[in-house]
Amino acid sequence: MASTGDLEPTHYPARRAATVALHYLNTHHGSPFRVFGLQQVHKASAEDVAAGGRKYKLDFSVTDWASGSEGPALRCSADVLFPQTERHSGPEVQLRCEALQQINRTAQEEHAFYQRYISPDSAVSARDIPDSYGNVSEEMQPFWRLARVAASFIMLRESSERTEFNMAQVASVAQQGSSEEQLMLEFVVLLHDFPSQEIIQWKLLASWSPDRGVRVLQTEWQPRCPHATKPPN
Amino acid sequence: MRLYLAVFALLAAVHCEELFNGDQVLRIHAESESHIHALKELEEDVESGLDFWTHGFSTERPVDIRVPQSRLYAVKDFLKKNNIPFTVMINDVQDLLDKEKAEMVGNAKMERNTKSFNFAAYHDLETLYSFMDTLVASHPNLISKVNIGNSYENRPMYALKFSTGGVSRPAIWVDAGIHSREWVTQASAAWIANKIASDYGVDPSVTSVLGQMDIYLMIVTNPDGYVFTHTNNRMWRKTRSVNSGSSCRGADPNRNWDAGFGGPGASKDPCSESYHGPFANSEVEVKNVVDFITGHGNFKSFISMHSYSQLLMYPYGYTCTDVPDKSELHSVGTAAIEELTSLYNTRYQVGSICKIIYQASGGSIDWTYNIGIKYSFAFELRDTGFYGFLLPANQIIPTAEETWLGLKYIMQYVRNHPY
Repeated sequence: MASTGDLEPTHYPARRAATVALHYLNTHHGSPFRVFGLQQVHKASAEDVAAGGRKYKLDFSVTDWASGSEGPALRCSADVLFPQTERHSGPEVQLRCEALQQINRTAQEEHAFYQRYISPDSAVSARDIPDSYGNVSEEMQPFWRLARVAASFIMLRESSERTEFNMAQVASVAQQGSSEEQLMLEFVVLLHDFPSQEIIQWKLLASWSPDRGVRVLQTEWQPRCPHATKPPN
Repeated sequence: MRLYLAVFALLAAVHCEELFNGDQVLRIHAESESHIHALKELEEDVESGLDFWTHGFSTERPVDIRVPQSRLYAVKDFLKKNNIPFTVMINDVQDLLDKEKAEMVGNAKMERNTKSFNFAAYHDLETLYSFMDTLVASHPNLISKVNIGNSYENRPMYALKFSTGGVSRPAIWVDAGIHSREWVTQASAAWIANKIASDYGVDPSVTSVLGQMDIYLMIVTNPDGYVFTHTNNRMWRKTRSVNSGSSCRGADPNRNWDAGFGGPGASKDPCSESYHGPFANSEVEVKNVVDFITGHGNFKSFISMHSYSQLLMYPYGYTCTDVPDKSELHSVGTAAIEELTSLYNTRYQVGSICKIIYQASGGSIDWTYNIGIKYSFAFELRDTGFYGFLLPANQIIPTAEETWLGLKYIMQYVRNHPY
């Protein structure tokens, strides 16, 4: 029932696959000062593969959300394979984006941010980023982007042809003691899945440094309590 | 001026209001153990009237202290003698308090007058309802408020009716906030209501639409949900009805309409965000709109506003089969989007619900299309996920402005294509 061959780029099957490629891009190239958003799908096609999954070929553009709402677009192409397995296993992505190898223009900001928070006494902690009114303080912006990058590991892993994830909000961030010169952050993130409209909560532990980038060390799904109206801590 | 101050001070004293004139807040940077010792001394002196804003002293973090004016000289002298560096963080505490209070009073006053109703902010239900009343009061010959029935928790559901006369003229329906967490829709609808009112008689296309048709605009279509997003859970989407046999409340009001009800793309689990409800129109909010539309009998267009994703969609959601009027609806949508994009370059896509976002049964515009309201559309407003539901208030007006251009195009088209 899923369409095979050329796909309409503005329709959801192409967009969902491109969103998966986007999550992959963010896990590899996202940072506190760089996080990508999908701008447009140009071309897409899909086919069934021998082992029983579906493989999408995509041509799309992304923008760096960290450089304003409509920064310069980056052109990418990707192969996204949704495997067909008994238990869910995450999609496999091969991705090429032009000009990613450019000079890392954010190196200075990354180092300044790192220096500021790597001290043993640093104990950043905050809730609701953005708040209900869409506000994000200047200080929290890099943490917000970092959360989105870390959340991308989860979104990538949990994706299928029936999902389309976005990070809706950072419920909380709590800095943990640094380890091996990495910033250690515990996030609780709210993910929004578009097809089901569900808000799914995950707690995760991530490390970051300018040299090693983002690593997600632990993830834990948080069950939704029908009675509770605020996410549990 | 002196007399005023004296009386003010007297009144303040009588009302036990503390004043902080001339008080300063000093930020102190302890650099050594002896500095910390000195600070502890200061803190122990309870007669000093010093108000420590930070507790626990270390050389790692600054210490903030509010120093009453009468003690300023002595404290600064003490710090200088001990070589403890400090800066003046707040020069005059009372001055700052006065400014803050004036701002709050000012904001409250602003809310009470639509001419200065702050469209660039999110408001609670009460404020939106009082805005509606003020708008009606200032345009009594154009706008009236229609109560189409109560919500589950007994809140009135109000539509603003824009009409220049006639009896049951062909009409256009626009609703916002059926999904309560989509705050930019209610906020944009308030701006649009004001815009229609002020554009009538000035803008030729609004004037010509209202010359022949009525416009009904429902700013808060899910009032219970909206209140809940303010008081309890910003991410609440559904109604707040009680589901028997479940501790989960609410049904998705956009899966509850009688169009492919219970089909794919809606859940039968009451705890789900897309729970369709026990039966079509079980949600009183939906039933009220259904009864109103069928009772009126002369609606020619039905437009529902949602967020986010930047899309303009037409039926169907419950099936991916094209509607008979697909070509026309697609070209109207495409032209409307061109108008929208012309303002701030915001990219939108056009298509049927089922193909663009997902198969979803029981949706409002499917039902309205099936009862003959040909020009049925659904918007998904800003943004594309960066802020998502939590769109900053400074984007409300740009969103409303560009959406209005798209809406206006559709309204004009409907007026020019009677059926």
